[in-house]
Amino acid sequence: MIEAAGIRKAYGATLVLDDVSLTLPAGQCLALLGPNGAGKTTLLRILAGLVRPGAGRLRVGGVDALRDPEAVRAQVGMVAHGSFVYEDLTARENLRFWAVMGGLDASPARLRERLQAVELDAVADERARTFSAGMKRRLGLARVTLGRLPLLLLDEPFSGLDRHGQKWLVEFLLAFKAAGGTVVLTTHSFGGGLSVADRVVILAGGRVLLERAAADLPIDELHRIYDDIVEGAAAS
Amino acid sequence: MIGYARRTWIVLWKDLLVERRSKESLNALLFFALLLLFLFQFALGPDQDRLHAALPVLIWLGFVLAGLLGLGRSFVAERDNDCWDGLRLTPGDKSAIYLGKLAGNLVVMGAVEVVILALFGLFYNVNLVSVLGPLAVVLALGTLGLATVGTLFAALTAGVRARELLFPVLLLPVQVPVLLATVSATQVVLAGQPLGDAGAWLRLLVGADLVYLVIGLLTFEFILDA
Amino acid sequence: MSARVTRILGGLALLALAAGLAAGFGYAPREAVQGNVQRIMYVHVPAVLTAYLAFGLVLVGSVGALATGRLSWDRLAGAAAELGVVFTGITIVSGSIWGKPTWGTWWTWDARLTSTAVLFLVYAGYLLLRAMVDEPERRARIAAVVGVVGAANIPIVHFSVKWWRALHQPSTILGPEPSPIAGPIAAALLVNWVAFTLLFLYLLLRRVELARLEDAWVPETRR
Repeated sequence: MIEAAGIRKAYGATLVLDDVSLTLPAGQCLALLGPNGAGKTTLLRILAGLVRPGAGRLRVGGVDALRDPEAVRAQVGMVAHGSFVYEDLTARENLRFWAVMGGLDASPARLRERLQAVELDAVADERARTFSAGMKRRLGLARVTLGRLPLLLLDEPFSGLDRHGQKWLVEFLLAFKAAGGTVVLTTHSFGGGLSVADRVVILAGGRVLLERAAADLPIDELHRIYDDIVEGAAAS
Repeated sequence: MIGYARRTWIVLWKDLLVERRSKESLNALLFFALLLLFLFQFALGPDQDRLHAALPVLIWLGFVLAGLLGLGRSFVAERDNDCWDGLRLTPGDKSAIYLGKLAGNLVVMGAVEVVILALFGLFYNVNLVSVLGPLAVVLALGTLGLATVGTLFAALTAGVRARELLFPVLLLPVQVPVLLATVSATQVVLAGQPLGDAGAWLRLLVGADLVYLVIGLLTFEFILDA
Repeated sequence: MSARVTRILGGLALLALAAGLAAGFGYAPREAVQGNVQRIMYVHVPAVLTAYLAFGLVLVGSVGALATGRLSWDRLAGAAAELGVVFTGITIVSGSIWGKPTWGTWWTWDARLTSTAVLFLVYAGYLLLRAMVDEPERRARIAAVVGVVGAANIPIVHFSVKWWRALHQPSTILGPEPSPIAGPIAAALLVNWVAFTLLFLYLLLRRVELARLEDAWVPETRR
């Protein structure tokens, strides 16, 4: 699904990503770990086709991202920090807007069903301004599942969720994968994200410091490696 | 085609809904119109004849100033919550977004202009009702010229440093022909002359509006991706 | 463009300017009606023609930048705009210098001067916009759209200002060009126009090269 090689991105004098390579087969989930400022969000945006890398090769779903970013975007559902929410609209209205913009079914029945799926049907007609960060993110998940997008890119989806919310998200992602979907999520917590991940990448200082199958990484070993690597990167 | 129209419509629907809920722009603009009324009166002194002579200019100055405030904020909501990125990720011809935004801006500008005209008519003791038809045509063409470029430049300056300064600095010089044409045509209309007498100006406005609209439709997706 | 070509161009420009100076002040006769002050035409007219050439190149660069996404087009547009603004400034100032002794005023809202002033404002704004955006790709696209709008607007401005002037004052001879333009005067004008164009091209090449070097310089990168 994703083949990235030698991705490099600089903003002026700041090098945000340096020689990043990773692969992810379809139907799997990649957890992108790393401290703040490691470049996780930038990498996610590059994978979405929103940002052009300065150098490197990238294929998403068989499409060359540098040549046809539009075609990459068409495959991607993204829930980022902002979660694409219009504060003054209700959950239902937000969903309706994005449904129509995506050329998807925006019928009241469909919208209701999606809101139920993310457990927001009780507040469907409340303005998004009143929502917590977690609720806004759930609304984002409703949005990206309106259609049948093969790739989900989630920026710290577990942060701000309580235990119930985390459990819900894990089930949601497992179901999504079971249906053949691919997921890349960033996180800097070790909880929920790792239970759904098939592969783990640690990003620090714009570089990939570890890339391994999750099955090969028991949790305490991961903790240890993470601390070592990140401290090492911080020292350099 | 239908998808394009649906997307244009939903952008318009969203903007009007947000505007109605937040009431940010419209109320402030209406109040601004009231303030302009007083400003112009004080600037031109108690001699009503001087005011009446300047009326075509004052009307259009009022529209332009309100437009600078209102249009400049067209894309501010999109900057919140990464909605701008959300729009970039949607499929299809992005010019539908521009068209929807333009339509929304025209509605808001239209509402403000109606109020400005009503206030001017009332406070400056001018009978605008008798020339309302021709006046509406002239002002509609002028507003289209202002809004087409204004919406495009608002998108353009949305994420740029010193946006509030750059937007008027970029928009005003480009608006000079629209200003000249609208004021001249308004003068003709307010003098009670038939609309045909301002024919050349109206043709200029129609031509300019078409040029600006086409440029907006063609270049909007580049702005979105910038 | 190789450095050698640029240098040759610069040399030619210098020669042409010297020739133009000689032609304007020596060869061309003293104009009957206006006197020596009319000689400013040899600066004023070539300057405005060069400015229009510059803004034409801004349009070319802007369209090229949008169509190909290559930054070289944007560098052309930016450099041409800078020079265009300079030459427009020269046009306006020389027009004012001519105007003061002739009409007793530094500024007059005649059609051409007004149009030129509006042009100046449009492209000064364009340069201000470029200064506010740091990333080259982003700056290229945003500036290109303004460049296209500005260029498309030029004929619209021209007509609107012309008709506006016609409303308020019948057009009279309001420029340093005498009419009809006699042989030696036309020749001197031509020499100066060629000189200005060569100077413009030389400066353009240097400026584009400078921009290319600026973009290529990768500062020591921070993580």
